[in-house]
Amino acid sequence: MLLIACPWCGPRDETEFVNGGEAHIDRPTPAESVSDADWAAYLFFHDNPRGWLAERWVHAFGCRQWFNVERDTVTHEIRRVWRLGEPRA
Amino acid sequence: MSGYRLSAAAAPAAQIDRSRPIGFRFNGAAYRGYAGDTLASALVAAGVSIVGRSFKYHRPRGVMGTGFSEPNALVQLGTGARTTPNLPASLVPLSEGLEARSVNCWPSAAFDLGAVNDRLSPLLVAGFYYKTFIWPSWGAFEPFIRRAAGLGRSPALADPDRYEARNAQCDVLVVGAGPAGLMAALAAARAGARVMLAEADQRSGGGLGLGGARVGAGTARDWIAEVEAELDAAANVTVLGSTAVTGYYDHNLLTAVQEVDEPGLRQRFWKIRAGEVVLATGALERPLLFAGNDRPGVMLAGAVRTYVERYAAAPGRRMVLAANNDAAYEAAFAAARAGIEVAAIVDERPAPGEAAARAADALGLRRVHGRIMRAIGARGVRAVEIVSAAGTEAIACDLVAASGGWTPAVQLFSQSGGLTRFDEALGGLVPDRSVQRERSCGAAAGVFALPACLAGGAAAGAAAAQAAGFEPPAIAVPEAEDHALAPAAPLPPVPAKGKVFVDVQTDVTVADLQVATRENYRSVEHVKRYTVWGMGVDQGKLSGANGVAVLAAVQGVSGAEMGMTKFRPPFMPAAFGVLAAARPNGALFHPWKRLPAHLWHERRGAVFEDFGWLRPAYYPLAGETMAQATAREVRAVREAVGLLDASSLGKIEVRGPDAGAFLDHIYAGPVDSLPVGGVRYGLMLNELGAVFDDGVVARLAADHFLLTTSSAHAAAVLAWLEDWRQGEWPMAVVIQDATSQWATFTLSGPRARKTLAAAGTSLDLSPAAFPRMTIRTGEVAGLPARVQRASFTGATTYEISVAARSAERLADALWAAGAPFGLQATGVEALEVLRTERGAIDVGIDTDSTTLPGDLGLPFGGKACDYLGKRSLTHPAASAPGRKQLVGLQTLDPLQTPPVGAHVIGGVPHPSQGVVTSSQFSPTLGRSIALALLTDGRSRLGETVQVWSEGRVWPARVTGLRFLDHADA
Ligand SMILES: [Zn+2]
Repeated sequence: MLLIACPWCGPRDETEFVNGGEAHIDRPTPAESVSDADWAAYLFFHDNPRGWLAERWVHAFGCRQWFNVERDTVTHEIRRVWRLGEPRA
Repeated sequence: MSGYRLSAAAAPAAQIDRSRPIGFRFNGAAYRGYAGDTLASALVAAGVSIVGRSFKYHRPRGVMGTGFSEPNALVQLGTGARTTPNLPASLVPLSEGLEARSVNCWPSAAFDLGAVNDRLSPLLVAGFYYKTFIWPSWGAFEPFIRRAAGLGRSPALADPDRYEARNAQCDVLVVGAGPAGLMAALAAARAGARVMLAEADQRSGGGLGLGGARVGAGTARDWIAEVEAELDAAANVTVLGSTAVTGYYDHNLLTAVQEVDEPGLRQRFWKIRAGEVVLATGALERPLLFAGNDRPGVMLAGAVRTYVERYAAAPGRRMVLAANNDAAYEAAFAAARAGIEVAAIVDERPAPGEAAARAADALGLRRVHGRIMRAIGARGVRAVEIVSAAGTEAIACDLVAASGGWTPAVQLFSQSGGLTRFDEALGGLVPDRSVQRERSCGAAAGVFALPACLAGGAAAGAAAAQAAGFEPPAIAVPEAEDHALAPAAPLPPVPAKGKVFVDVQTDVTVADLQVATRENYRSVEHVKRYTVWGMGVDQGKLSGANGVAVLAAVQGVSGAEMGMTKFRPPFMPAAFGVLAAARPNGALFHPWKRLPAHLWHERRGAVFEDFGWLRPAYYPLAGETMAQATAREVRAVREAVGLLDASSLGKIEVRGPDAGAFLDHIYAGPVDSLPVGGVRYGLMLNELGAVFDDGVVARLAADHFLLTTSSAHAAAVLAWLEDWRQGEWPMAVVIQDATSQWATFTLSGPRARKTLAAAGTSLDLSPAAFPRMTIRTGEVAGLPARVQRASFTGATTYEISVAARSAERLADALWAAGAPFGLQATGVEALEVLRTERGAIDVGIDTDSTTLPGDLGLPFGGKACDYLGKRSLTHPAASAPGRKQLVGLQTLDPLQTPPVGAHVIGGVPHPSQGVVTSSQFSPTLGRSIALALLTDGRSRLGETVQVWSEGRVWPARVTGLRFLDHADA
């Protein structure tokens, strides 16, 4: 079970959190001018790498804040946690 | 084997209390042992040589090991509800009145009819499950196989015992309290770290506790007592005895099961989050591979020593030691000191260690350079056959102490993700590279010499403390004798007549591994599953290294190339009860969610069902069936008035200057155009355009909305709103779940208005002042209330919400007011009929993950802004022909009610054209009604289709969704 450092509450057990998939996926707008292909890419075509992945988590049973986590999908090591709106790098 | 209890003089260091005799029963017979005994040691001392029958061949078996390493003496402990299957007798502390039976024998361990399998063994080769039981089907054979080849029986009754769960954190967790673990704990404790020390045994010290060796100024026992005293006295140390660490998970979370000696509490489940971990898990002794190596009387050398020295239990009267390492000699020394005759030490090595040889010679023991070939005697060893330079020789004996060397216990290390390395000299895996914040020491790291174990433990404890942020302590490592536990690799077996067991617990022989290899099962994982090698209760603790050695020899590769099967938690079997200890809610994972007026419904005779919440399903009068009660409740709503507890509906408040604009992004329809006091039905879509939830939105003020969600989706909708507010539209909005703050009752039916008026309200109830789809705030029955007019049933409906604590007061007031009008309490069953009559959808029941608003005939859009799912609705697929659309179905025979899940059949190429999603018998209409998702359904109104389920067919007419006209005025 992961130990995730919520940027608002500090380290807590994984059971308090819910994973929200890959982070930093831009929602294309406006709807009227988004091509079918771009919309499909937004919906379905995500990276799913073996190794480091930036992903969204929410502290569902805590402060309810969403934030970003960089996690190794093989070892589950977490090397960075940052708030929404903060730069990725 | 003819075991007996050693006198106090013969076993001076034994750790049993002869002043406390304990009576117990095994396979129906009465025995006595002493406090400090395990069931296994008491049986050994009582001379019980056959303790069970083997898994497949039903061969008689005796006690072979100690601790985790006992493959044969598997017992069913206790009776009735308090019965536990498959416990190694060596892990069961003896207690007064204990009752145990062997698990795999019938009618008895001594005389077992299944032993015929031993003669049929050519039929039971590797993979026999797959080869033999093909015709007519596995199912025809399964009951017999399960009975013949099973292990213990699961209890049939609910577990009456209590279990407890604890979460703990520490800076350093030390697993194992042998010499290395004790030193590690001591070092970390002296550094000031918060230390936890877990030891599976009741006593610490590991193999060192048996006595003999000198550590520091005194005996090993003295040193252990000193360390224990210091650790017990330290405020920063928690010592957990009788606690087996069972799992090593991500980010240094370890689980452990503690045996608890408290009335009413059986075990405690620990989840320990450790900053740093020290693994001092020791090593496991390997059996030797020779014919008949499973016969009663063949034991692990370390086990012989432990039974003699710790338990004063002599497993036999005349012993042969067969070994390939010096450590095993201790068994012969211990036996000789205790007065057991040692007929010979048979060593496979040309030259044993000098100290071991000297000690053997000093005791006058005969030493032979040779190999054991065969143990003779089916129900107990009578002799062994050995080969040496002098030829073949039979030596009479009733006890064989065998040791094929020691394998580091890397199970937890491997679970942690750490990478192992195959050590050829050791014949087993050793830790190579850590992945988590952990380090191994002592025998677990492949270090066997006592001084090195003590030093390695101290270093590991100090390093762990330092890594956890503490100053490393100055710690003196005590001087100690070197036990010269020289490691040894397992040797491949020599060809011999008779079965050579690799895994005695699952009856897998060398021949089975050869067959599997011949049939091209090469990978250890495949061989494991094909032969069941390593799949017993002990999960290969005894057989793993030997199996790899045999396979490597057969395949002509090195042990490193052969590899090892994956180690998975739990390290040892754990009861379901203890794993569920953190969820103390009987059979359920989550606690019940009860309505605020739960007791009020109980008094009305409600039958409750689990709808996510525990809600009244119906309220039967004396003698009524569910269908009769439901029909009566439905009629009340259509003809008089019904009262329904709707408190479980989700209530989410959205406030702030941007609330309207924000909700316009969330709902498929317009929200911000709603006037204050107005109520509107709305759909939430996901980004695929599929319906995610439906409900009503009420505007309480310009900047204040109240969202009603379906009961099961409140939490999901709340999370959904937060997700989009935080991640996409960071507007000036606050979102709050108010579901549990309010109790909500609905009055539904033609007399709802009169009932509400009679209950007393400050609101003007005239339809002109308070029309449908509006919300008002005022008082009802003297309670501050929100009253909303939105109908799910088509009947005139007032939804009255008051503070949750006032739930029963409101219910009482409405109940009393409605009595003259024929008010009936109505449950969820009636509601389901009512809403189906009305054609109102239940999201998740009448929709699936592909259902778009257009498929339901519901409007969307009607606003300029972007909203969730909008783009997907303009995709050509969203309006292409062939979509499943929700329609009504009426069977031609009105009294037939097809089941939910029935298919509409007849399509080409696919025979299913759709599926029935809701189906009810409507007492109002006197006929069955159903909703179905049907291909191109809305263009097929009036068509007759065939509804099919499990071979039955009902012709039915396709209709619109509304079976009943709207009566809400
Ligand atoms: Zn938080």
